[in-house]
Amino acid sequence: MKRLLTALLLAPTIALASGAALHLDKAPDLQGDQAALQSGAKTFVNYCLNCHGASFARYNRLTDLGLSEQQVRDNLMFTADKIGEPMRVAARPDEQKLWFGAAPPDLTLVARARASADGSGADWLYTYLRSFYADPKRPTGWNNLIFENVGMPHVLWQLQGTQVMNKDHKLELAVPGSQSPAEFDRTVAELVGFLVWLAEPHAGFRKQLGVWVLAYLVVLFGFAYALKKAYWKDVK
Amino acid sequence: MSNESRVDCGRRRLVVATAAVGGVGAITALVPFVSSMLPSERAKAAGAPVEVDIGSLEAGQMMTVEWRGKPVWIINRSPQMLETLPKLDESVADPKSAKRMQPDYCQNEVRSIKPEYMVVVGICTHLGCSPTAKFKRGVEEGMDASWLGGFLCPCHGSTFDFAGRVFKNKPAPDNLEVPRHMYLSDKRLLIGEDKKGA
Amino acid sequence: MASNTNFEKYKSDGSLQGNLLEWFDARFPATSLWRGHLSEYYAPKNFNFWYFFGSLAMLVLVIQIVTGIFLVMHYKPDASLNANGIPVAFASVEYIMRDVPWGWLIRYMHSTGASAFFIVVYLHMFRGLLYGSYRQPRELIWIFGTLLFLCLMAEAFMGYLLPWGQMSFWGAQVIVNLFSAIPLIGEPLSVWIRGDFVVGDATLNRFFSFHVIAVPLVLLGLIAAHILALHEVGSNNPDGVEIKKKKDVHGNPLDGIPFHPYYSVKDIVGVVVFLMVFSIVVFFAPEGGGYFLEYNNFLPADPLKTPPHIAPVWYFTPYYSLLRAMVWPLFGIDAKFWGVVLMGGGVVILAFLPWLDRSPVKSIRYRGPIFKTLLTLFVIAFVLLGFLGTQPPSYAFFGVIPGAPVAQLLTLYYFLFFLTMPWWSKIDKYKPEPDRVTM
Repeated sequence: MKRLLTALLLAPTIALASGAALHLDKAPDLQGDQAALQSGAKTFVNYCLNCHGASFARYNRLTDLGLSEQQVRDNLMFTADKIGEPMRVAARPDEQKLWFGAAPPDLTLVARARASADGSGADWLYTYLRSFYADPKRPTGWNNLIFENVGMPHVLWQLQGTQVMNKDHKLELAVPGSQSPAEFDRTVAELVGFLVWLAEPHAGFRKQLGVWVLAYLVVLFGFAYALKKAYWKDVK
Repeated sequence: MSNESRVDCGRRRLVVATAAVGGVGAITALVPFVSSMLPSERAKAAGAPVEVDIGSLEAGQMMTVEWRGKPVWIINRSPQMLETLPKLDESVADPKSAKRMQPDYCQNEVRSIKPEYMVVVGICTHLGCSPTAKFKRGVEEGMDASWLGGFLCPCHGSTFDFAGRVFKNKPAPDNLEVPRHMYLSDKRLLIGEDKKGA
Repeated sequence: MASNTNFEKYKSDGSLQGNLLEWFDARFPATSLWRGHLSEYYAPKNFNFWYFFGSLAMLVLVIQIVTGIFLVMHYKPDASLNANGIPVAFASVEYIMRDVPWGWLIRYMHSTGASAFFIVVYLHMFRGLLYGSYRQPRELIWIFGTLLFLCLMAEAFMGYLLPWGQMSFWGAQVIVNLFSAIPLIGEPLSVWIRGDFVVGDATLNRFFSFHVIAVPLVLLGLIAAHILALHEVGSNNPDGVEIKKKKDVHGNPLDGIPFHPYYSVKDIVGVVVFLMVFSIVVFFAPEGGGYFLEYNNFLPADPLKTPPHIAPVWYFTPYYSLLRAMVWPLFGIDAKFWGVVLMGGGVVILAFLPWLDRSPVKSIRYRGPIFKTLLTLFVIAFVLLGFLGTQPPSYAFFGVIPGAPVAQLLTLYYFLFFLTMPWWSKIDKYKPEPDRVTM
């Protein structure tokens, strides 16, 4: 019996001891840091929302980040008239398909979709957005270390500057951008933090509620167990 | 074994206590399921207040805007139209708008904030048809000779005056509903929300 | 005993309540159902931990039905694209997750419930293996159970298409294409199942219909049969001895206790513990590490782009491994067909267990070393097959031991375990069963 259970428990751990090809940098966890997420939201609407939609999310949900509806309207809402509307792209997807060959994917869920055995979706995005390098062979002039021959150009190049690949297949900064490397890492971290929040805005509430539910179940367990004991005392 | 004859008080108390705690949990667990049937964010967004520019609405004209899927009429009442209202006090069912079919700030002779602009939900209070405008007088609109202008519901013949007041002895029980609204500026209206909220 | 269904009818004590009950009971077998299946259904008193999973499976079924009813109110089985270029079905799931009040909780309960169902059912089946619950006179219960397992697989498979994500789409594509392996009728059959030449809107709509109406009806019917058959012959127990052989003066089994209240209060404890584990997943890890909600399923279905690695959801992977293990054509028919035969055979062979097992005793407690060793190996093989099924065929343990031949060996073992059982179960040592159950 015991042997069976140990075997059951051990099998997957032994098996998991291999794999993993992609090295990803760990993205800082900024959930709950409203100022950081607000700043990420700003980067998102200024740099991403021109081509990528977030069509499952509504603008008024951004008030969960500590902004008033008026602030959202004034600073973040460029593609809609009403605060309850989804964060759509200005362009229609079929037009984009004509311009880019493929419509840029919706980003609402990208932080969940990009998770893999290599790391969380946040880690992937954090690494990806910092891994663009100049590549004259590409039509956009850009390539990416972890997403080879990516269709997207380096949208944040003015901030980061231009990276090139050296002989050891490592990236180095050839032309500095408007932000220092540390500042740029922070900008990307905040953007990624926003995308993580966007993928599941209720995640924080879900965990809070979970604590209450479990606390309740512990109490219920106490009663249920006492009840069982009370009935089973005469079963011999 | 447990026999009815041998009542165990400890057990009894525990059964009641466990059932009570479990019952509280079960009822709480109903909350998400019941509330999932309330209007969603999408429905709320679609039902959000509507901003209307009434600058180009000439006297004697009316426009229709959609709010929460319902037609809302905005009528720029001409002085002639407004004149008809006091004359009809005898013929309408609720001349003083005593029933709460309008916000407090519209409970007046003309049922509006500014006398000329009437804002009203264009849904008959009888069975929910949308009445048609019959603005001209008498036979010209195919009405009887005493008709001073207003609205006729095509379904069951209820008639309303220019303030949306229902005429006596018609199927519709109440005056037309005036939605909450406010003026954002002189010529911009917000329908569905006033200073007190939505 | 359940076979004694002629319980006395309820007699009123003269009160209004009593009169109403008497009237009702004269027209409906309320008393006899209550007594036959609960208050006078005698279950062995020595049930252990493993006996929770039957009632837990019922609980999960209720969770799935209730959450399912509410999900259907908001979900739209529509593969066409909305104004934002997203399939309507996929968007409607996100609509539930974001716009419907509490929709996220209901959806996570349903998606976690699917995995919980299989965890509970696998443990319930393993209990049967441990204690010989499939042996005479419980063969029919076991067969109904195997059918239930098949039904549950169909239910889960079709439900998985509905979110219309990448894994939904490509999983359905692969599994439906399996049917094309059947000689002669295969190709037209798979087109008929899809209602199209690819998995499309027609497929989504028919899977929706089956998932919410047809299969649940069959499941409920089979569950009724499973339980009626159980209550006819009585429950087995960890000692594998028949409690009906020793009865007291009233004709009740000496080692039996009424299901209600004893097992009802005990099962409540099991239910609460289960709900704790369930809540931990729902509230703190709804993706189940990518096993309960696969990451690629957060991408809308794209018929033009297969994800680099597709695998079925974890509960299908042991059988998926059986399918992939067959790479050689036989008798002039493609390997693909034999793969399908292996996968189907892997489930169907379970139904024959009652006749494959020739041991004189039922429970593992009294069985010999051969059974214990082979069963341990079987569990390891099953888990490893499941793990390999989640990995690409090129997978190698520690980067050196290739996974594919290991899966083939394990597949061979899976079938040999059953096929050679008549022989090894007979020659295995055993201890004599006791007369009465042990606590």
